Amino acid sequence: MIHVLAFYLFAILVVSSGALTILSRNPVHSVLWLIMAFFNAAGLMVLLGAEFIAMLLVIVYVGAVAVLFLFVVMMLDIDFAELRAGFVNYLPFGLLIAFVLLAEIVLGIGLWSAGPIELAQRAAPVNPELSNIQAIGGLLYTRYIFLFEAAGIVLLVAMIGAIVLTHRARGGVRGQNVAKQNRRRPQDAVHNVNQPVGQGVEL
Amino acid sequence: MTAFFQNLGLPFEGAWLLSTIIGILVIALPLMLAVAMIIYADRKIWAAMALRRGPNVVGPFGLLQSFADGAKVFLQETIIPSAANRTLFLIAPIITFTVALIAWAVIPFQVGVVVANINVGLLYILAISSLGVYGVVLSGWASNSKYPFYSAIRASAQMISYEVSIGFILVCVVLWAGSFNLTAIVESQRGYYGFLNGNGFNPLLFPMAIMFLISAMAETGRAPFDLTEAESELVAGYQTEYSSMAFALFWLGEYANVILMCGLNAILFWGGYLPPFDWAPLYLVPGIIWFLAKILFFFFVFSWVKATVPRYRYDQLMRLGWKIFLPTSLFFVFLVSGFLMLTRYGGAQ
Repeated sequence: MIHVLAFYLFAILVVSSGALTILSRNPVHSVLWLIMAFFNAAGLMVLLGAEFIAMLLVIVYVGAVAVLFLFVVMMLDIDFAELRAGFVNYLPFGLLIAFVLLAEIVLGIGLWSAGPIELAQRAAPVNPELSNIQAIGGLLYTRYIFLFEAAGIVLLVAMIGAIVLTHRARGGVRGQNVAKQNRRRPQDAVHNVNQPVGQGVEL
Repeated sequence: MTAFFQNLGLPFEGAWLLSTIIGILVIALPLMLAVAMIIYADRKIWAAMALRRGPNVVGPFGLLQSFADGAKVFLQETIIPSAANRTLFLIAPIITFTVALIAWAVIPFQVGVVVANINVGLLYILAISSLGVYGVVLSGWASNSKYPFYSAIRASAQMISYEVSIGFILVCVVLWAGSFNLTAIVESQRGYYGFLNGNGFNPLLFPMAIMFLISAMAETGRAPFDLTEAESELVAGYQTEYSSMAFALFWLGEYANVILMCGLNAILFWGGYLPPFDWAPLYLVPGIIWFLAKILFFFFVFSWVKATVPRYRYDQLMRLGWKIFLPTSLFFVFLVSGFLMLTRYGGAQ
């Protein structure tokens, strides 16, 4: 009973906040609705018994990705009138994407009802006694180790690429060398001068 | 407790709902009281270290100062700047406060005394603490004022940076305990060298305990990492435009977070509800007393640091997080997992 109530609560909130993500006029509100959708999707995953994925969804998407996203959107100076003017131009393209997605959903549901999905079970049978984390870890680090490492390398390359593209050496910047500062002693920096009257200082 | 209500004739759902609500109230109400008293303690410790008296007028020894402040703030008018985004401006303190409270759901006060004893308890804490940044960012943006916005920018960068190293530190503890469940983590700390309870006594994990304490200060925005509300630069940071209860919610949420971080320090590294020594007579004292004593000790450390250490410069804060804590904690993940591989899991095969 509680499960059913919770499911409908989360499901309705996911769908409605997804809709509001597209419909709201203010981009910052859009991002916030998106975060709401992520959060409720995590709730749905908890109901499915996939608590590890749910927590990862919140930590990675809500806690890190969406924060940066929100950040960028907040800093942008967006002209809303201009945004809305482009709506008609993008309409055919948007409709095309919507149609493709709809077709995929219909196909997916059709295949689902055609018979049980055995493919995933055949590729990697899951031991029902294991907890979420152990099951995922066991698969990721044995059967799918190369795919997993390859994904890591792709991310590393993307990160290096982003740094190379944005990094530029700027002149006139005085970097701070903390180790050098810590090594500095009073006797290196200060010395007494016995200064004769009426002459300039020789340093 | 669910079973108790079921015996009274309620169906399972009703009994579960009722017992969960009671559990939440049993934690949340004393927590609010604790926050009020800990604010008083913070001011007293800070005052004593500055050779001042601190609050000493309201009630005996000024004990009721926080309640007087609460009443004052409660009776004030809530001022919303006309240029502010009204809804988000009011939602932001609610987010901060709620997030600070719901993290307590998985904290074990004693064996079995926990609202939700879930398998992924530590991940839940990480997830919830990563939500805390939204309260700050939203308040900064919704205030439509420059100082709160600067503060929001600083806060989000700071919290994300230190979450990374906190994540690696937690991985070390999880590797050692073999579980994400907080009760299991506490139980795994019994009997170091036959008489000590606590991961902090383990030479491989002790550096992590120190780093976690410092990262916790940065994560909660306490001095010396209180760049988000640096009064010399940003007036009061993200709280600048707030007044009345909205301001009080920020205040309460911040201190509830600080207590939570002290509790996490105790649970992850210093044995949680276990006595510090594995000696039978010490177990006669209830575990919750040990846990609260450890929380108070760490809160004293937090106040001590606040009273004695000057504020970091922003670029040095980032340097500490990314260039020192991140590589060190990553190195310790390798070290701990390598050590466990050699000893507990039978070496390289």
